[in-house]
Amino acid sequence: MSALLTVEGVGKRFGGFVALEGIDLEVKQGERIGLIGPNGSGKSTLVNCICGTLRNETGKVRFAGETLDGLAAHERTRRGLARSFQLPRPFGSLTLVENVRIPILYTVNARKAGPGHTHVPHDAIDARCRDLLGEVGLSAKADRQPRDLTQIEMRKLELARAMAAEPKLLIADEVMAGLSHAEVDEIIALLIRLNGQGITVIMIEHIMRAVMEVSQRLAVLVAGRKIADGDPREVVRNPEVVRAYLGE
Amino acid sequence: MRAVPFVLALVVVACAIFGVGRAIGSSYAFFLGYVVVQYIVLGTAWNILGGYTGYVNFGVTAFFAIGAYSTVALYKLVPAMPLPVMVLIGGAMAALVGLGTGYLTLRLRGVFFSIATLALAVVVQTLITNWDFVGGARGAYVLRPKLAPLIGGEYVQYLFVVMLGLCVIVLATARAIERSSLGYGFAAIRDDEAAAEAAGVPTLRLKLIATTLSGGFMGMAGAPLPYYVTYLDPTSGFNLNYAVNAIAMPLIGGTSSWLGPVIGAVLVGGLQEVLRVTISSAANVLVAGVLMVAFVILAPQGIVGLFKRRPK
Repeated sequence: MSALLTVEGVGKRFGGFVALEGIDLEVKQGERIGLIGPNGSGKSTLVNCICGTLRNETGKVRFAGETLDGLAAHERTRRGLARSFQLPRPFGSLTLVENVRIPILYTVNARKAGPGHTHVPHDAIDARCRDLLGEVGLSAKADRQPRDLTQIEMRKLELARAMAAEPKLLIADEVMAGLSHAEVDEIIALLIRLNGQGITVIMIEHIMRAVMEVSQRLAVLVAGRKIADGDPREVVRNPEVVRAYLGE
Repeated sequence: MRAVPFVLALVVVACAIFGVGRAIGSSYAFFLGYVVVQYIVLGTAWNILGGYTGYVNFGVTAFFAIGAYSTVALYKLVPAMPLPVMVLIGGAMAALVGLGTGYLTLRLRGVFFSIATLALAVVVQTLITNWDFVGGARGAYVLRPKLAPLIGGEYVQYLFVVMLGLCVIVLATARAIERSSLGYGFAAIRDDEAAAEAAGVPTLRLKLIATTLSGGFMGMAGAPLPYYVTYLDPTSGFNLNYAVNAIAMPLIGGTSSWLGPVIGAVLVGGLQEVLRVTISSAANVLVAGVLMVAFVILAPQGIVGLFKRRPK
């Protein structure tokens, strides 16, 4: 299997604070990767650098054989990178159906139609939006606005909107935080199902049960550096990782 | 309603309004009608950027006056040029300035963008005041022909028809945007720009489209002004009233729909005219100001918002 995403020596500073330093990460086509680390370790910053929301000062991000540096976030989304935001950022004045409609209009239908990619016909967009909302369990509120949702439902909306872009790589940034046991199971099943359809998944999560269940490989960030990367069971026993989480 | 029937309906309404004006037969009716329709155009143009994409433009007078002064310049260069051509050229000039301003300022968000547009109005006014060819600070006279071409009657009727035609175009455009993917993209930008980018919306390009369209239509609204007032100087061309009204009318009518600026312009424009005639000519700014404050506090969705039912 070839590498879908390659992160090489990526670094990012905010003023004098080094948020990321020399991060290397390789994600293979079809893999499910977990990314963990204590709060403030740079996980979301790394996601932002990969997706183009922030610009990394050093290093390179390559995706599907193409260097992404200098591309705007929307261009990266069109190339097949989709992400959910850790703090949900819904389009507040639009209904849920319309929220999901945006990536279909601007990503799926903005890509060149051809072999391996079809556009959603105009009269089928609405049905497609409702299907996507159904997959995350938001059918009942499809015509409501985000302000009628709970925090948990907003996370599900984030996920539906990312899925709507029909990505090759889905980055789920803490979509499970605050969810009940059963809901976590639902999202785990959803991520594994998406992965089964050929979508590569990077999952950022604090719920270790979910991380261990979903991840085939686990990378650990601590204070802007990657300190471990490998088989999840071995990584969580790694003394350096244990020290980062539990202290000396 | 599909686009074509909608445009036809607009044309029918416009013809009916003109017919009523003719039936009344008073030139005052046309002078009044012109002002109201001009504000519909101006308010709708502002709303394309301010309402749909959420970028509040305080520099309305810059674009409006560029249209007006382009007509003054054309009048001096080619006096025989038909008015609709002048409107197109004035609109094109303002659209170019809109594009340029957008490119320079759209990296600014929120209130910083608004301040930049306010500065633009001051810069353009200073340039025009010091441009002797269009009259400079002294102002310029534009002789209004006695009779209207094509339709006959007084020239003000012709001005009114041109503005009505422009109004049909602007409203049709605004409504088309609302229902297209462009409209969804604008709404996404208004709600959350970073999330819009992540969903694939090319935010910079869309914002440039909005500033260009909005600026262009404002310029078109201003282009016939010299013929309407016959004497144009910077103080009147850059009058604060235009900016206040262009912002107040969509806010009062409702920024989410093309109908909002129409309702706002008819209501506020009409009320101002009544007060101007009955009480004092200074009362009109007060009306717009008080109404704007009242609506922002009591009905932030405007009049249209009061009637819109929440979807269940």
